[in-house]
Amino acid sequence: MSLIEIKDLSKTYESGEEHIPALVGVGLNIERGEFVSVMGPSGSGKSTLLTILGGLNHPTQGEVVVDEIPIYKLPLEKLADFRREYLGFIFQSFQLIPYLTVIENVMLPLSITEKSNREQWHMAEEMLEKMRLKGKGKRLPDQLSGGEQERVAIARALVNSPPILLADEPTGNLDSKTGKEMMELFRSLNEEGQTMIMVTHNPEYAAFSSHILHLRDGRVVDGEPAIMEKAGSGTQRIV
Amino acid sequence: MRLKDISINNLRRRKAKVLFLILGLTIGMTTVVTLISITRKMNEDISNKLDEFGANILVIPRSDDLSLSYGGLNIGGVSVDAQTLKDSDIPKIRQIEVKENISTVSPKLIGVVEIEGKKILLTGVVFQEETRLKKWWKVHGAVPKSRNEVLLGNEIAVRLFKSAGDPLTIIGKTVRISGVLDETGSQDDFLIFGDLAFVQEALKKPEALSLIEVSAFCISCPIEEIVSQISKALPHAKVTAIKQTLQTKMEALDHFKKFSLGISVIVLLIGGLIVFTNMMASVNERKREIGVFRAIGFRKSHIIRIIFLEAFVVGLIGGVAGYLLGLGSSYMLGPVITGIKGGRIVIDPVLAVGVVFLSVAMGILSSIYPAIHASKMDPTTALRAL
Repeated sequence: MSLIEIKDLSKTYESGEEHIPALVGVGLNIERGEFVSVMGPSGSGKSTLLTILGGLNHPTQGEVVVDEIPIYKLPLEKLADFRREYLGFIFQSFQLIPYLTVIENVMLPLSITEKSNREQWHMAEEMLEKMRLKGKGKRLPDQLSGGEQERVAIARALVNSPPILLADEPTGNLDSKTGKEMMELFRSLNEEGQTMIMVTHNPEYAAFSSHILHLRDGRVVDGEPAIMEKAGSGTQRIV
Repeated sequence: MRLKDISINNLRRRKAKVLFLILGLTIGMTTVVTLISITRKMNEDISNKLDEFGANILVIPRSDDLSLSYGGLNIGGVSVDAQTLKDSDIPKIRQIEVKENISTVSPKLIGVVEIEGKKILLTGVVFQEETRLKKWWKVHGAVPKSRNEVLLGNEIAVRLFKSAGDPLTIIGKTVRISGVLDETGSQDDFLIFGDLAFVQEALKKPEALSLIEVSAFCISCPIEEIVSQISKALPHAKVTAIKQTLQTKMEALDHFKKFSLGISVIVLLIGGLIVFTNMMASVNERKREIGVFRAIGFRKSHIIRIIFLEAFVVGLIGGVAGYLLGLGSSYMLGPVITGIKGGRIVIDPVLAVGVVFLSVAMGILSSIYPAIHASKMDPTTALRAL
C-alpha cells in the first residue's frame, strides 16, 4: 500500500456562472521516503494539488487516501487532527508568526498537543540545533536572515515528526546560494527517510528530488522527460 | 507553549490597538460604575432624609368622627372615642413579619387641657422614641427624664410666658418644664409634651392612645408591605403611609435611575461595537496567520479559543480599570452632580466583581462573531493565492 494514493482527482472552481477546472482526473501514488517535485507553469494546478494533499481544499471529485485514511471523508475537525499528525507545511515566504520568538514558532504545532511545556521546549531546541539555529531561539523572526527564517519554517514543519512534508515554493524568496543550501538540506532529510512533496518553478531545484510530476492545465503531462539527477531512485511511481 | 501564550503575545504586539480596545471597555465600565455609585449615593441620601423627616406611617383609630388634625392628617375621635388604640397594640406592631424594617414606634395620647385659662393640646409621648423620631428637635434645656417633667412647644412657651426650669400646673398636678423646643414650624410648636403614662393618668384614659407614629428604615423601604402587615395586626386601626413628602424627590431619583440606565446601555453598546470592529479588523489582518494555524492542525475550536482568550484579557483589564476610574470619578463628580457633600470612596466587592464580569462578558460577546468568522476562514489563503 502506498503512503499516498490519489484517485481520479478533479477540482473545479466556481466563479459566478463560470467553471474553472484546476485539476482534471489526476491519479498518483507516492511511496514512503519519496521526494516528489511538482512542476508546471502558473495556473497549471500545482498549488491546488498541494492544498488538496494537505487536507485544506476539498476536491470536486476523486479521493485522497493517506496511510489508508480517506482524508476527505473525515469530519472537518478530524481533518485538522490529521494535518497535525501527518503533515508538516513549509509555506512560500515561510509564514512565521511575527510576534512569537523563533522557538515559540517552532513549538506552535506542539502547543495544541498534550505535551508539557518542558517537553515542547526540549523538542523545539533539538530541532533548532538540527537546523543550525542553536542560540537563536529567543529572537523574533524579523531578526533573522532569509535562510535562517526558512530553516525555522522547516524546524516548525518537522518538530512533530510528521510522515509527510509539504513545501510550496520554499526557495521562492531566497537567493540562489541559500536556495541551493536549502535543497541540500531537503535532500539530506529525504535521505533520512522523510517523504516530501515540493512545488517549484525551478528545474534546478526539482533536480534534487527523486521524482518530478509535470502538470499542465490541471492534467499530468505524460512523456515529458523527467530531470533526474539522482540515479537509481527506484521505480517511477508517478502515473 | 499553550494557546494563551499565542493570545498574550499577539496582544503585546498590537499595543496601540489593544489599548484602544481596552479604552473602549474602560469608558463603558467607568460610566456604569459612576452612575451606579451616584444613584446609590442619592438613594441613600433620600433614605436618610426620610428617616430624619420622621414617621413614614401613621396608625390612627378607625373612626368616622374626625375631629383633630395632626401632621396634615385627620385623627379620628380624639375627644369622643379615643379608646380604640391601646398600649397593648405597640408590641403587635413590633412583631409583624417585616419587623426588621421598623426603626421607631412612637405612641401618643393627645387631649385638650386648660392651663391658665387657655385651651392647649397636651400630648403624652415616650420621649426616648419621640426624640429618635424627631431628630431635628432642638431643646433649650433638657428632654424630660421623669413623669414630673414636660417639654413645651415654642409657641406655647411664648403664650404661657414660660421657660425651662419653670413650674407648670396641669389638671391640678404641678410639673417642671425641663425644656422648650426651638421653633419647628410644625404642630409641635403648639403642644405640651409629657410622659405618656402621666398624660394617660391626667386625662383619665389609662392605656389609651390617640395615634402611633411608625418610622421604617428606608434603604429598602417596603412601605406598602409594612402598612398592610400593621393593618392586619391591628384590624381596629387605620394605617396610612405618609409618602407625599419626599415623593417628588423619589420620583426625580427614579427618573435619574432610568436616565442612568439608558446612558449605561448606550455607552456599553458603543463599547461593544468598538470591541466588535476592532476584533473583526484584527481577525482580517491575521487571515494568513490563522491560515497557518489551521494548516498545521489547529482545530476551529482552537482558533475560537485564541480569540476569546484575547477578548477575556482585554475585558479583564477594561473591567478593573473601569471600576477604579469609576470609583475615582464618582468621588469627584458625585458632589457636583448630586450636591451631596462628604462623600467617601466605598469599595463594594459586589459592584467590583459585577463590573469586571460585565466587562469580560461584553468582550467575549462582542468577539463571538469575529471568532467564528476567523475559525471559518479558508486556510488555503496561507498558501499561495490559487
